[in-house]
Amino acid sequence: MANDTVIKVEGLGKDYRLGVINHGMLYRDLQSWFARWRGRPDPNAKFKDVSLHQQEEHRMREGNFLALDDVSFEVKQGDTLGIVGRNGAGKSTLLKLLSRITQPTRGSIRMRGHVASLLEVGTGFHPELTGRENIFLNGAILGMSRSTIQRQLEAIIDFSEIEQFIDTPVKRYSSGMYVRLAFAVAAHLEPEILIVDEVLAVGDIAFQRKCLDKMQNVHDSGRTVLFVSHNLTAVSKLCSRCILLSGGRLVGDGPTAEVLNEYVSAVSSNRRPSREYPLPEGPFEARIQRVSVTGADGKITSVTELAEKFSIEIDYELAAAVEGLSVGLQVIFIESDLTVVSLSDPELEWSRLDARTPGYYTSRVEFPAGLLNTGLYQVRVGMSAHGKVFHVVEDIFFEVIDNVGIMIPLGQERKNAILALQLPWPSQRQEEKARWTTETHSA
Amino acid sequence: MNNLETGLTTETTDMGDRKWDTVVTPSQGWLNFDLLETWRGRDLIFMLVKRDFVSVYKQTVLGPLWFVIQPVATTLVFVLLFGTIARLPTGGTPPFLFYLSGLVTWNFFATSFGKTSDIFASNAAIFGKVYFARLTVPISSLISSLLTFAIQFVLFLIFAAGFGYLKDPLMAARAALLTIPLVFYTAMLGLGIGLCVSSLTTRFRDLGYLHGFALQLWMYSTPVIYPVSLLPIHWQIISVINPMAAPVTTFRSLWLGTPMPDPMSWIVGIGITCVLLFLGLSLFSHTQRLATDTV
Repeated sequence: MANDTVIKVEGLGKDYRLGVINHGMLYRDLQSWFARWRGRPDPNAKFKDVSLHQQEEHRMREGNFLALDDVSFEVKQGDTLGIVGRNGAGKSTLLKLLSRITQPTRGSIRMRGHVASLLEVGTGFHPELTGRENIFLNGAILGMSRSTIQRQLEAIIDFSEIEQFIDTPVKRYSSGMYVRLAFAVAAHLEPEILIVDEVLAVGDIAFQRKCLDKMQNVHDSGRTVLFVSHNLTAVSKLCSRCILLSGGRLVGDGPTAEVLNEYVSAVSSNRRPSREYPLPEGPFEARIQRVSVTGADGKITSVTELAEKFSIEIDYELAAAVEGLSVGLQVIFIESDLTVVSLSDPELEWSRLDARTPGYYTSRVEFPAGLLNTGLYQVRVGMSAHGKVFHVVEDIFFEVIDNVGIMIPLGQERKNAILALQLPWPSQRQEEKARWTTETHSA
Repeated sequence: MNNLETGLTTETTDMGDRKWDTVVTPSQGWLNFDLLETWRGRDLIFMLVKRDFVSVYKQTVLGPLWFVIQPVATTLVFVLLFGTIARLPTGGTPPFLFYLSGLVTWNFFATSFGKTSDIFASNAAIFGKVYFARLTVPISSLISSLLTFAIQFVLFLIFAAGFGYLKDPLMAARAALLTIPLVFYTAMLGLGIGLCVSSLTTRFRDLGYLHGFALQLWMYSTPVIYPVSLLPIHWQIISVINPMAAPVTTFRSLWLGTPMPDPMSWIVGIGITCVLLFLGLSLFSHTQRLATDTV
């Protein structure tokens, strides 16, 4: 029975109604009904929701957003299947459907054997309960029986490495201890099918490795694993087969190496992190030859790691000596169309009025680690002099991701911030109460 | 192959006679519960009940004593307000026992209702991340309220004995026997109405604000602090329509020998409870499937 199919997904689809379902107030619902009854536009429709997916008009159907459309695949016993795709491709919707958190609009999922899904670790942890009590509670929520937990208790406490605090309420735990305990419970689930989200993106490197090893064990013991991750290294290490989602549809299914190649090239075909620009027809004074985004290792990359520095390289050519030249660079956060960084070459300050001699130049601007939060960014580079624009390019893209898990510990949502700067936060205990208030008053 | 031993065979596939354990389809129907899965969640129910109890008295000085202090303190306030100041008649029964008997029954209903009424809102974080038979949550909160009731009921018996009631063992045995269906009725009423409200609040948050206020009004229209006989004759219809009037009055009558309620109020009450329970379960089964999309 080694080739037995344990998961069969057929024609799976999930629609979300946009704007109209979530008013939460009777008054708003009546307002919407009344507007629609009169043939007026719904005053409560949320255009913000739609604008997030503005480039995906094909996913809109009669006011519904097709989060997932006509997805079919099968998984065999003992497979480790990776699910990859860009943000918004439908990965989390597929995950929610597979773990039965929500129901599909169309199609079906059939599974054989006990299924456990880990969309986050520590679900249902109660801060007032001790570590030990929470092991039982969390285990029960994840579908473990009391006897299984009892049997595994020693192993779970051992794995968590926090034995001396196991009878302390978890509200006194550090976030690291919390995650360790939570993952320890999850790691001792014994399902036949395990569905894992990017919960591995937490904890320090050593603990992450321990968790990956544990998943490898699960796989080695012949059980089936579905693994959703942005971490392509982890995917290629763990999974023999991958499916690729794009725009809510299944666009790739096959051996991991092939699918990942397809994924990387699909990302780079539309949104390339590097471009070379042809010579303009006719004479020119200045032109941009090439712009590229490079990672910490100096190689061109469409994806940079939040915790690592990256650079933008600009190659340009001056055909003549240009007086008052300005080379500018902008980094734009696409989701809100906001320019996050705007720079220009300080050596070219135009009050100096000296000309840069003709020739080829390369500038390399280095950005510190943790500057930009996760998301998709666009690079715009322009050359001008005294208001005369020579050349502007803005078709370079890169994505900042967070594999190490700096911004998403404990499965929290991405923080709604553009910067991810990790600044020191010194705190001192004050011996006396608010001395500065009097000083402020006397001043 | 051990994956077949979990059972729960739901469907035979078109590929032959191999069975699937889990089939997820866009399901219809209004009373669609996976009872087998709920039964398998009994360990979870136990843990949820335990959580409810343990977390209540952690970091409190008096701990579990609060289960006792709250009804006694409220009763004393009632004795002062309605007995000593307003001088509401209690038909010869000691006011303290009269109010306590009403409160113990009413509190049981109010907690059964209250705990089930915000299931989707208060468990949104868990429901959004893990699937388990959702019915385990209302069941566990019902068990928690039942345990609270048991504590307060024993408290009531102690006070009743102290006041010289419960002398006749035969009477007490009869009362105890009849209290069982009475408690069951109250639990089902609280559950039914709580499920209705919990499902509707996922769409209309307004209900969340309304329910505390409505519960208070409801208590005053229930004979908790006054005997039904105090109401003018044409107002007594309220205690026939109000499905909580019958259990409160009957409980008091069983243990303290006050007059029994109009039998009509039981007939109407059972009818209302059946309708609300059916409605509540239907709404709940409908809501549990898509609640995570809207909350």
